[in-house]
Amino acid sequence: MNSSKDRMIAFLMVLPSLIVIAIFVYYFIGRAVQTSTTDWGENPARPALQEDVIKDYVGLANYDTLMSEMIQSNFRVSLVNTFFLTVFFVAGCIVVGLFLAILLDQNVAGEGFFRTVFLFPMSLSFVVTGTIWRWMLQPNGGINVLPTYIGLPRIEFSWINSSEVWWQFSWTDVPQYLTTAGIAILAFIAVRYALRQNWRSASFMGAAAVIILLIFMAGLWDYIWRPLEFPDVEPTIAPKGFNAALLGIIIAAVWQMSGYTMAMFIAGIRGIPEELREAARVDGCSEFGVYRHIILPQLNPIVLSAMIILGHISLKIFDLVFAMSGPDNSRTVVPGILVYTKGFRQNSFASASAIAIIMLFLVAIIIVPYLWTQLRDDS
Amino acid sequence: MKTRFSLVLALIGALMMVGAVSAQDGGQLEIFSWWAGDEGPALEALIELYNEQYPDVEVINATVTGGSGVNARAVLKTRMLGGNPPDSFQVHAGQELTGTWVVAGRMEDLTFLYEENGWFEAFPADLIDQLTYEGGIYSVPVNIHRSNVMWYNPQVLADNGLEAPATWDDFFAACATLQEAGITPLVVGEAWTVNHLWESVALGVLGTEGWNGIWTGETDVTGEEMVAVWDTFGQVLECTNINDDAAGLSWQQATDQMVAGEAAFNIMGDWAAGYMTTTLGLEPGEGYGYAASPDTGGTFMWLSDSFGLPADAPNRDNTIAWLNLLGSVEGQNAFNPLKGSIPANVNAVEAAPDLYNSYLQSAAADWSSNALAGSLAHGAAANERFMGDFNQVMEIYLQSGDSSATSTAMQAVCIQAGSCGF
Repeated sequence: MNSSKDRMIAFLMVLPSLIVIAIFVYYFIGRAVQTSTTDWGENPARPALQEDVIKDYVGLANYDTLMSEMIQSNFRVSLVNTFFLTVFFVAGCIVVGLFLAILLDQNVAGEGFFRTVFLFPMSLSFVVTGTIWRWMLQPNGGINVLPTYIGLPRIEFSWINSSEVWWQFSWTDVPQYLTTAGIAILAFIAVRYALRQNWRSASFMGAAAVIILLIFMAGLWDYIWRPLEFPDVEPTIAPKGFNAALLGIIIAAVWQMSGYTMAMFIAGIRGIPEELREAARVDGCSEFGVYRHIILPQLNPIVLSAMIILGHISLKIFDLVFAMSGPDNSRTVVPGILVYTKGFRQNSFASASAIAIIMLFLVAIIIVPYLWTQLRDDS
Repeated sequence: MKTRFSLVLALIGALMMVGAVSAQDGGQLEIFSWWAGDEGPALEALIELYNEQYPDVEVINATVTGGSGVNARAVLKTRMLGGNPPDSFQVHAGQELTGTWVVAGRMEDLTFLYEENGWFEAFPADLIDQLTYEGGIYSVPVNIHRSNVMWYNPQVLADNGLEAPATWDDFFAACATLQEAGITPLVVGEAWTVNHLWESVALGVLGTEGWNGIWTGETDVTGEEMVAVWDTFGQVLECTNINDDAAGLSWQQATDQMVAGEAAFNIMGDWAAGYMTTTLGLEPGEGYGYAASPDTGGTFMWLSDSFGLPADAPNRDNTIAWLNLLGSVEGQNAFNPLKGSIPANVNAVEAAPDLYNSYLQSAAADWSSNALAGSLAHGAAANERFMGDFNQVMEIYLQSGDSSATSTAMQAVCIQAGSCGF
């Protein structure tokens, strides 16, 4: 009796936030999905900002356009940019953060002071970070003239304005790369299960790898990775690869978030009992060995959490790029910027929604497996 | 506890009364614009003039910063879509007004204001045409800027024995000389300034009729003439810093390079005159020179800020009084000298010539005598959809340098945006 009343009260307490989240998160995700399948703002005969504007259902046409039309090549560049930005930002933060955490773990004097110093950039907004770094990375100032103070030649690199594209690849080959990478990862996991004699999981992963291969061979990728309208001109008008102009943005983003990653690692290191380290030392382990064999393996869950948190920041990034290179720099464009320019400048609300939904999917690819494993571990 | 609660209620009630009292009599007038910072005083002067005539009206000056209204336009759209329109808002005259707001049925026809005030004689017919949609006139222009101006550094030209080029061929000759001397012939900045340069090149190659024909469909955007525009543009780019530091320069920084003598020419709208005169303290004609951009002498490529009346504006009468003031000689002369632009009303400069410096006077003379062409980069010639996708067309040209592929892409954009007569 009492416990059911408790539950009732608990439910009532949670209800307001449930309702608010249902409306302001899930309902609006639904609206965005719905908008992305209409022609709102795509049909010149119907003014986008009319009251009671007529929106016709067009299925996935907006997604097709984004993936295939010549004029939408900046969207495809933005996807490639997101990929490189995410990889280098996450890797940079983890390497720098771990390095700082290990430094501070050496019982330095004034550890609290240094911890605050390293953590401080996180308290700034990306707009502030972006503005400061834009000044420092100007072609004729800041970082580029630093070496001249010690008599070295100045750096001649445009950190945020470079038009160089490194490691170029063809957009049409991407499904091939993705398939190869997917199979490699699944095969790796399958082998690990097999080594642990977990035959059921191993064969499950093996089957998944075979399915991906079959999808590729059956040409089903064409439904996702729509064939380009003009595959021959794509490399000339919008080369795909690592845009060197992203370097400046990566530097600023790593500067801002590596302190936070450091804090996560410090918390992880403090959670490892001192006895473990002592035991290793007694067994004749060197100080490097203690880190290699005792501390780093215990930090695996932290690395995973850091990857999730940092990964979703860089997939959704908008403000830093907006502040550093503006919304019109075609070399540093990211999907978030395109949602803004297409939606609010060009009134192409349907295309903007489609890009927003694609961003949601990209984030979901990272978050959902994480949530799934977390929930499974809890129960 | 209970008494305290009722006390709070009473206080809130009293506050609301105060609010209601202060918004009494004449009511309110909310003006939405992107004129903050350097451009703020010009708007303040207009509001002050308005308050002298209508002391009872409380004017709310709602500004959203960001050059050319990049941010303000986004905020305005959310307000209009949300059913909370300001009483009057700043918008570029031309397609940015008609293509977005008038076709959507969100503006009120202002033809009656033009009839009452005799504005059909005060504003050039070509300008009124651009404010007209299906027979109605939808906004009141407050200022005019010129897009096709070539600014130059007189010292650099004299040192190299050059004169301001009248044609693109003259410019290419000058370009070779300047490049030998190690000076950037023509300086450009970030993405939109490149579009700005393009419209001057296109106007020069196509002529006024050809340029205006793009937007009515009379000029074929994939035709030979248009390919020639892109070819010439490519040649012009060879004389610029586009592959060097352009992407990181604001228009002011590009102008600075010209003033400092690192570059000889700069094609920019005549807000650059305001910047060089007021901020840098240079004399027009001495510290900096100006001429119509090559091959466009006799044509005035204009852009204009204007204010309209949203169909469901909360304070319609106050807004009409505001619009009357904006179009009047008095209003235009209060605003434009501070803004560094010329009045759209052709009678205004005559009424008070002392208010305007030598550059503005020459621009005003051209405004009342030249052929007119609407600017693409600043919202007069094409709708917002086209303008956004034109950035992509430009990117295609900058990457590939292929004139015919670029004009094909431009046609695709025309069709998607319902521009250029499609």
